[in-house]
Amino acid sequence: MNIAVLVKQVPDTTEIKIDKETGALIRKGIPTITNPDDLTGVELALQLKETYGGNIHAFTMGPSSAKNMLRELYARGIDEATLLSDKAFAGSDTWATSHILASALKKHAFDLVIAGRQAIDGDTAQVGPQVAEFLKIPHVSYVDRVIDYNDGMLKVKKNEEHRMLTLNLPTPALITVLDEAAKPRYMNMFDIFRRSHLPLNQLTCDDLDVSLADIGIKGSPTKVKKTFNKSATQKQPKQTLNPEQAARTILDFIEAKGGQS
Amino acid sequence: MKYTDGNNCFVYIDHDEGTINQVSLELLTEAKHLMKRLKAPEKVVAIWLGTFTDDILKMLGDYGADHIITCEREDLNQYDVMKHTTVISEMIDAYHPQSMLIGGTVKGRELAPRISARVHTGLTADATQIDLDGETHHLAITRPAFGGNLYATIITPDHFPQMATIRPGVFEAKTFGHTSLPTQETFQYDKALHSPIEVMAIEEKDTKRTNIADAKLIVSAGRGVKNCLNLVSDVAAHLNGEVASSRALVDGGIMSKNHQVGQTGHTVRPSLYIACGISGAVQHTAGMDKSDTIIAINTDENAPIFDVADLGIVGDAQAILKQLQKQLDA
Amino acid sequence: MEHILSDQHRLVKKTVQQFVKDTVKPRAKSIDESETFPHDTVESMREMGLFALPFEEIEGGAGGDTLSYAIAVMELSKACATTGVILSAHVSLCAAPISMWGTSYQKETFLRPLLSGESLGAFGLTEPNAGTDAGAQKTVAIDKGDSYQISGSKIFITNAGVADLYIISALTEPEKKHKGISLFIVEADRKGFSVGKKEMKLGIRGSSTRELILDKVNVPKENLLGKENKGFGMIMQILSGGRIGIAAQAVGICEGAIEEALEYTKERTQFGRPISSFQNTQFTLADLETKKEAAKGLLIKAALYKDQGRPYTKEAAMAKLYGAQCATEITQKALQLFGGYGYTREYDIERMMRDAKITEIYEGTNEAQKMVIAGSLLKEGTS
Repeated sequence: MNIAVLVKQVPDTTEIKIDKETGALIRKGIPTITNPDDLTGVELALQLKETYGGNIHAFTMGPSSAKNMLRELYARGIDEATLLSDKAFAGSDTWATSHILASALKKHAFDLVIAGRQAIDGDTAQVGPQVAEFLKIPHVSYVDRVIDYNDGMLKVKKNEEHRMLTLNLPTPALITVLDEAAKPRYMNMFDIFRRSHLPLNQLTCDDLDVSLADIGIKGSPTKVKKTFNKSATQKQPKQTLNPEQAARTILDFIEAKGGQS
Repeated sequence: MKYTDGNNCFVYIDHDEGTINQVSLELLTEAKHLMKRLKAPEKVVAIWLGTFTDDILKMLGDYGADHIITCEREDLNQYDVMKHTTVISEMIDAYHPQSMLIGGTVKGRELAPRISARVHTGLTADATQIDLDGETHHLAITRPAFGGNLYATIITPDHFPQMATIRPGVFEAKTFGHTSLPTQETFQYDKALHSPIEVMAIEEKDTKRTNIADAKLIVSAGRGVKNCLNLVSDVAAHLNGEVASSRALVDGGIMSKNHQVGQTGHTVRPSLYIACGISGAVQHTAGMDKSDTIIAINTDENAPIFDVADLGIVGDAQAILKQLQKQLDA
Repeated sequence: MEHILSDQHRLVKKTVQQFVKDTVKPRAKSIDESETFPHDTVESMREMGLFALPFEEIEGGAGGDTLSYAIAVMELSKACATTGVILSAHVSLCAAPISMWGTSYQKETFLRPLLSGESLGAFGLTEPNAGTDAGAQKTVAIDKGDSYQISGSKIFITNAGVADLYIISALTEPEKKHKGISLFIVEADRKGFSVGKKEMKLGIRGSSTRELILDKVNVPKENLLGKENKGFGMIMQILSGGRIGIAAQAVGICEGAIEEALEYTKERTQFGRPISSFQNTQFTLADLETKKEAAKGLLIKAALYKDQGRPYTKEAAMAKLYGAQCATEITQKALQLFGGYGYTREYDIERMMRDAKITEIYEGTNEAQKMVIAGSLLKEGTS
């Protein structure tokens, strides 16, 4: 089974702090990581490869610093990695990003494309399904588990809010995976020394069949009008109380609000 | 004749064999409010795929639909991302709506991107606020990003429809006093629909599992009370509430994912939210700051949770919960 | 130390840090309290290839170097010194000697499974009456033609009882004292081989430290490691390598203790402000950090010397001596910053303080290190 995995390098949003004085986002010094859901996708690909054989090719679009992330994926066991990097790509929204990724994927024949559910910086969950549409292949989002792959047919479990669906879909197909789908392995010492320096493929705008009108800020249907931090709501006086007083105050407060119990 | 051309807001109605998902009603209500604010009010148009009834017509009208476009084919009763993408994209081609809102459910967030790619338009994900953008009256759609640390307002100026998926629970579904039923028309789509995706089995999740998204009262546990979760459950039970938790306890394997409130968990808006030993990183508060009333208990008087609290108590949550338990027992 | 690390070193560090955060740190307290060997952590270390880290690919290793190994032990020991020493004893005291002196048969039969992590290794040297004075040991190996028969006992053996393979020192010519010592590879399932009582220790309580009893254990001749009667020199070399592991453990403990102290002193308020804003705290932390960095510098030098094929005995002894002294001092002073809370088991710092002490004792006491350093200094001069 030949698998493409879509990965994104993201800032570790759990490390982001807000300047308490100005309310501004402190971006400086925030480490970048491989998007956690994408690591799940990589792990799932590795497991599928272990069971069904084949080749794993990771694709990412981003600045050249994303090479480090791809090296880490080599150290986890993927076979090939491609970085799509070009100034012309900068500022792409999900539509334009998907368009670029799909045009790179079209150069190969994959049985399965795996994307993480969503990236922790944008949280859109859109690139996977949009890539599937551009590739004209079926997709299932929110895959909890891949049950089986047999004779070109993939059987997956999809996690909806109130129910679990077992679905069959013919390959080539795309799935987006939840973190339940697989627990990412660690980089392996053998692969760190043996494989982390394998060559990376690099593609620019010129290597792809895309028009400048469809990529970057210009080619993105959505525009960011403004970004802002949510200003902290007005501070309420805090009370330091002993446990008994505290409990009484809470119950009085609940009572005053209309009673809950 | 088409009902309108380019002068309306589509709302996709998400349903399971006729049972409507609450978020679709929330969107009808919000769309109605929004359209009223336009100089030249547009119509709220509900999009219905599958078997349609008069009861549904009335219900959609009650919540704000002016008009309903249906595609009543039995093979659309069950949601299928490929078939639904095809039919809705055809509808968009036929009616040229200004905007289209889709509930940010699993289905919605699977379907909407596929449609947006097919019809070549912009899609804003998981929005929490919709406004009108100044003179142009484009939708200005606000959504959290960077784990809730940052908000971005997104517009789609040159492509139509302006699409967005909207997070469930952020808008309220309300009925309007209506004088007449909404109008209805049928979108005739006769071509064969084929999907390669086959549903093999459906299991309902255990409904007894906590559903904190609908809870009226939540007692939420953070790192500060990880050693006394029984106490938390007990106090929650006394108050007829549900137990929720911060990400710290879920990541630590102490609580299950379906209890998690926050950016990567559930968004909740109960009448009362009691945060026990939760420091209140934005990642958490993004999921609960719309609660009607918030009580925070934390030993650290500088904990950010106090910034969103209506009542803030500096103290040891475990000791205070013990006292609460005692006084509730009394 | 970032400036001297290669990309691979960085990846080793990053992945071990992640593993420590996920698995090692959350378990450190409980394995200490219950004095339990962390079998499942060891299993994960095996999967990550840590046991193969500083060995060549041709013999089944990962192709890393001494520095990457030191990084791994350091990162593990930041959160859990027990886990650090499990790796250190396995790599430095059991796998490394076979890699250095093993025959091709020994490398295939014993080294490969050690590196793949299938087998865990240990080293049996110390005896009740032979500590620093290794030449005073009583365990004997009698030549029986095509085998040796080993009898005697060993104490304070790290990984004893959980290891599958031991390197055992024994006298092949007792009358020659230390010039009659040989080393043997002994499998745990040999007849007559058993483990004795488990030591109840001050620190590194999850590490399995036991007595070994060898009652007429027959080992085939092909299990002799290196040449007969050349054991003493080999032991000195093994301990030199081992000291890099223990120095890394000690520096890791230092770094862990400083991290804990930083976190605590920023949070803890007294007199209306965080105690990190007091000059006493700041000066203490500054001293601790400076000492730790000096210790780390010595450690890195020793590791690099070993990797470059230079003599490193003195460097390893200095790294281990100073690292161990720092570990003891830093954990104590860091604990002091915690005040009463530091003395409770609520916080990790008391465990770190207990764990630190052993680094001044095993792989040669501080005093033994000074003997090594002074010996080299008097012979070679200062470097």
